[in-house]
Amino acid sequence: MEKEIITFSHSGPSLIARISCEIDHHTAGRLRSRIDRELFSSRPQLLRIDFGEVRFMDSSGIALILGRVESAGAVGAKVHLEGLSPTLFKLVRLSGIERIKNLTVSP
Amino acid sequence: MKKILNEMKLRLPAKSVNESVARSCISAFIAEANPTVEELCDLRCAVSEAVTNCIVHAYRDCTGEGYYIYISVRLYESREVSVEVSDNGCGIENIELARTPMFTTGEPNERCGMGFLVMDNFTDSLTVKSRVGKGTSVLMRKILSPVSTGEK
Repeated sequence: MEKEIITFSHSGPSLIARISCEIDHHTAGRLRSRIDRELFSSRPQLLRIDFGEVRFMDSSGIALILGRVESAGAVGAKVHLEGLSPTLFKLVRLSGIERIKNLTVSP
Repeated sequence: MKKILNEMKLRLPAKSVNESVARSCISAFIAEANPTVEELCDLRCAVSEAVTNCIVHAYRDCTGEGYYIYISVRLYESREVSVEVSDNGCGIENIELARTPMFTTGEPNERCGMGFLVMDNFTDSLTVKSRVGKGTSVLMRKILSPVSTGEK
C-alpha cells in the first residue's frame, strides 16, 4: 500500500492537516486537492497545517500554502502553519508569506 | 586550474518523480565532503527548483522520448560544489524578468515565482544562460564550509 501523504483530524473549530511526505511539484497537486476537499466539506474556522513530518519542501510548498490561504478564505477560515523545521522556516522567511493576512506561523 | 575531486553526470526524463531522484543523487554525491545539514538542505532545495523549472517551464509538462534534464555536478578540492542543470526546452525570452521574485508564467495556484530566488539565495552564485527554442542552462556554485578539526 502506498504511504499516506496527508492525514486529517479535527479539534474544535480547527481542521488539522498533517503532511507526511516531501513537498515538491510532484506531490503538491495531490496535497492541494486533498486539503481543499476536506476544507470545503468540513468548513472549519481555522486550518492548521502541520509540517512536523515534512523532511523536504521547495517553493512548490509556498505556492501550496498561498493557494490554501485563498481557498480557506473562501469558507471564512484562517490558516496556521506549525511544526516547521529550521530548514522549512528558512524558505518561509525567504518567501515573506508570514506577513500575509489570515496566515500565522509558529515553529 | 581547480582540482576536481569527483564528478557526476545524470540524464533524467522530464518527469516530476525525478525531482526527488535528482535531490537524492545530489545528497549521495556530496555526502563524502561532509557538508553541514544547512548546506545539504540548501543544495537539495536549489536543485529541486532547477529541475522543476525544466519540467514545468522548459518542457511545459511534456514527457517522453527526447525530453531530458541533464545534471552535471562537480566537487572541487577547494570544497566548491558546482551543479549545472540544463534542458533542450523552449528557452527563456527575458532572463531578467524570469529572475524577478514572484514573477511566473506558470499556473498561479501551482507556482509562485520563487524558483530563481531560491537558487540565488541558497547557493553562492547563479548563472543562467538561455536561447529561445534551444534550451536553458543554470549553473550554481556553493562553497562548503571547512570540516571542523574536532571531527573524526
